[in-house]
Amino acid sequence: MELAIKKTETFTSTRNACKLCSPLGASLVFKGIEGCIPMIHGSQGCATYIRRYMISHYKEPVDIASSNFSEETTIYGGNKNFCTGIDNVRHMYNPAVIGIASTCLSETIGEDIPRLIREYAQLHEGEQIPVFIHASTPSYQGSHMDGFHETVLSAVASLANEGATSKQINIFSGFISPADIRYIKEICDDFGVEYMVFPDYSDTLDNPHWKDYQLIPEGGTPVAQIQNAANAIASIEFGTIMNKLVSTSKSSVAHTAGEWLEKHHSVPNTRMPLPIGIEASDVFFKTLETISGIPTPRHHARERGRLVDAYVDGHKYVFGKRAIVFGEEDMVLSMVAFLHEIGIETVLAGSGGESNSLKKEIDALTSGLYPNMIVMNNLDFETINEMVDELKPDIFIGNSKGYYIARRLKKPIVRIGFPIHDRFGAQRLHHIGYRGTQELFDRIVNALIEYKQEHSPVGYKYI
Amino acid sequence: MKTKVTMDPERWKAEVLTKYPSKVAKKRAKSIVVNEGDEVKQIQANIRTIPGIITQRGCTYAGCKGVVLGPTRDIINLVHGPIGCSFYAWLTRRNQTLPPTEDSPNFMMYSFSTDMQDSNIVFGGETKLKQAIREAFEIFKPKNIGIFSTCPVGLIGDDVHAVAREMKAELGINIFGFSCEGYKGVSQSAGHHIANNQIFKHVVGLNDTPVEGKFKVNLLGEYNIGGDAFELERIFEKVGITLISTFSGNSTIDSFELAHHADLNMIMCHRSINYLAEMMETKFGIPWIKVNFIGADATAKSLRKIAQYFGDAGLAAKVEEVIAEEMALVAKELESIKARTQDKTAMMFVGGSRAHHYQELFNELGMKTLSAGYEFGHRDDYEGRRVIPTIQVDADSRNIEEIHVEADPTRYKPRKTEAELKALEEQGLKFSEYEGMMTEMEKGALVIDDISHYEMEKLVEMYEPDVFCAGIKEKYCVQKMGIPLKQLHSYDYGGPYAGFEGAVNFYKDIDMIVSTSIWKMVKAPWQKESVIEAEYAL
Repeated sequence: MELAIKKTETFTSTRNACKLCSPLGASLVFKGIEGCIPMIHGSQGCATYIRRYMISHYKEPVDIASSNFSEETTIYGGNKNFCTGIDNVRHMYNPAVIGIASTCLSETIGEDIPRLIREYAQLHEGEQIPVFIHASTPSYQGSHMDGFHETVLSAVASLANEGATSKQINIFSGFISPADIRYIKEICDDFGVEYMVFPDYSDTLDNPHWKDYQLIPEGGTPVAQIQNAANAIASIEFGTIMNKLVSTSKSSVAHTAGEWLEKHHSVPNTRMPLPIGIEASDVFFKTLETISGIPTPRHHARERGRLVDAYVDGHKYVFGKRAIVFGEEDMVLSMVAFLHEIGIETVLAGSGGESNSLKKEIDALTSGLYPNMIVMNNLDFETINEMVDELKPDIFIGNSKGYYIARRLKKPIVRIGFPIHDRFGAQRLHHIGYRGTQELFDRIVNALIEYKQEHSPVGYKYI
Repeated sequence: MKTKVTMDPERWKAEVLTKYPSKVAKKRAKSIVVNEGDEVKQIQANIRTIPGIITQRGCTYAGCKGVVLGPTRDIINLVHGPIGCSFYAWLTRRNQTLPPTEDSPNFMMYSFSTDMQDSNIVFGGETKLKQAIREAFEIFKPKNIGIFSTCPVGLIGDDVHAVAREMKAELGINIFGFSCEGYKGVSQSAGHHIANNQIFKHVVGLNDTPVEGKFKVNLLGEYNIGGDAFELERIFEKVGITLISTFSGNSTIDSFELAHHADLNMIMCHRSINYLAEMMETKFGIPWIKVNFIGADATAKSLRKIAQYFGDAGLAAKVEEVIAEEMALVAKELESIKARTQDKTAMMFVGGSRAHHYQELFNELGMKTLSAGYEFGHRDDYEGRRVIPTIQVDADSRNIEEIHVEADPTRYKPRKTEAELKALEEQGLKFSEYEGMMTEMEKGALVIDDISHYEMEKLVEMYEPDVFCAGIKEKYCVQKMGIPLKQLHSYDYGGPYAGFEGAVNFYKDIDMIVSTSIWKMVKAPWQKESVIEAEYAL
């Protein structure tokens, strides 16, 4: 018998990818470390493209250096370029930290970056040299999210060291917006706990206008906090998929920073999906309550209350609608759970991420209530485009790259995640917690109302 | 009115260089030149950016796939490599296209990649590439497929050209490869050259079906950013010039195949496309002239050059009629704007021709260009083509194939006799000539090649121009310093800026930029008050 769901062909090539490359993820994390300049070890084009992409989303200066390989470098190795690059970055920026990401080019020729760093340090013994963090991020392994988590792990693994016990709570918040990070910090401040959010690019990628130009923008997780991560009372990690593919293929012992700290420094780790929706946000606030012994501050409890109030008022606009969700795996996963919470059925959830565990995770989070939902890893946009007509979606939720499909179908698209380069203010969008959920809920409701209003033959002013 | 610091440019240069390590300073000194005015000084250009210095430049692949092939709609551009390269070049240049019908092939909305994985790096990616080509053919039925090599492809030894030949034979469509690995050249310029070579070898001249038209031309180096090509197409149609093909904006491979039927090649961006013009001249006998359609006066001048070349009284009269009509509208708009832009200052660091061409538009607005430079220009783009024989060929340039071209035994046809060409030259129409940017810049202007991030900051800090022109990578850095930045790569969602209507769009956008009052709010009221308090305290 023929299967009810049309078999989807798997293609060799990728048509309109739903993922970016891993050095971009590394660069994001480096931007979240105080006083850090990223340097990409490879062709100058990688630094230029990644800067270009990050800048168009965040609308902030993003300085990323490159060791600028030539044909000769690919033959004789990158040692000389590496040293010149570091010298020049030190001269121009005097950074506290230099984050080095490898590329497909440097990895293919087998550059040993830890060795290059060691040799550089030996050569400059006695000088005040920056802290070096290195992430192995060949773009032929996984996506930008694998690069992101790999870099979080390597920063923690290379910096954290045991010292006096501390009350610090480590929060590894994953790939969220600068506004989201500021909100987490506000929550922690209101709880009155000591904490580290890493990576914290809430200022470096969304700074106020300056009176005097800052070569290295202020903000970022202080190195001291990352060092102190080993002595923290607990870690919280957002995301349950993270960098599963790459970490499995490398068969590392620990996949993530939280796991590594738990294993090597006995810091208990709580992993949870990105807190989108009331239930998921409750888990986050409850965890903070448990760790700190402090009840959720009234201010946030009231934000939760208003969100419930909004769900009550808005359910009639959203219930039973059909959504297509795409983007980073952990973002997609939490978004599907949130849509489930407000009564929107996700008909297709997809990501270019390669963990192959998105379906399992979604089933777990939605109690297996959507057996017909198409969930795809290794997905590209053209595959969505080919399937979408039959799925009859009411709304698209994801980054700007899916716009062309929504445009063809003349359906609304609510932009979340990265990259958003056809709308203003991506860096200020909230996605998580009660506040982020409220913002998302309002945007989704309004997108659906606007669509209905525009397509109504009579036109109406009241809702 | 804010008072401007007017620093001696030589002093500026000396101060900026002190911050660099001495070896770097020595190297950068040759790329920063204070323009003399009458005599053009030598500038160092098209040499590798020093590692660790943050540059505007992109890679060879970006120039080949993104710039030259990107705006052509009827070819599948398949990127052979890991995913990033294809994603980053996915319609990011804002070049537009308008297929004649809904069914006309248009693959520009797509980003195709072989998405190489670990195993492809270890065992080679040719099998995957072939499979991807077959798939592309089955799904999209294109007539042309281009294969673009990214960094690892050259290293692992995949032979994209052999794969292209094999698949061309198997599928019976035109398939060709580009060895445009990112590390190959100094900048995207290397990629332009590689793209020119392959388009010439594999496309130009494939279709000998005669093309109708009295005055047949190709436009080279116009990329239809923000719809520039649409405006130029409008003007050509109005004056009765047949535009066979544009390399490459709103363009098709179909039209490239017919390009050898043109009687004149007009070059806009000299840097990215002069190779094609040279090769077409040698093989088919088509002369080329440099034109510029950025600026209303420049557009008028370029139209007159075309009329002069064809030497047809009817065309000349039509050109004058169109110029008179269009210029009347332009002048009316300019009149109301110029009062606010007059004597303001600008700087521009972009491209291989834009930093030159846009000075025309600023001149029309009465604005002064204090400093300019290219991102990937060569010495001839600064000093003029006469310096070409003296340019040193280094390892990076030697990397790029120079193809040997000979006159086509049957299709070579001189468009003008030697005597005719000489007569035209005597009347001031220069063939195969580009004077470069520096001859047209004022004495004392700073010319800076491959400006670094740091130099840009110092320029803005010390000269405070009213508008700084570059791209998105520079935009927010300059604006954080309190100076508006106009993007001349993507036009900040504006445009077109070419031709007559484009000039008016540009006047309006610059008026808006230099007249905005937002900078008054940079300081909050309490910051201003605190100064007063401090003074009282004294």
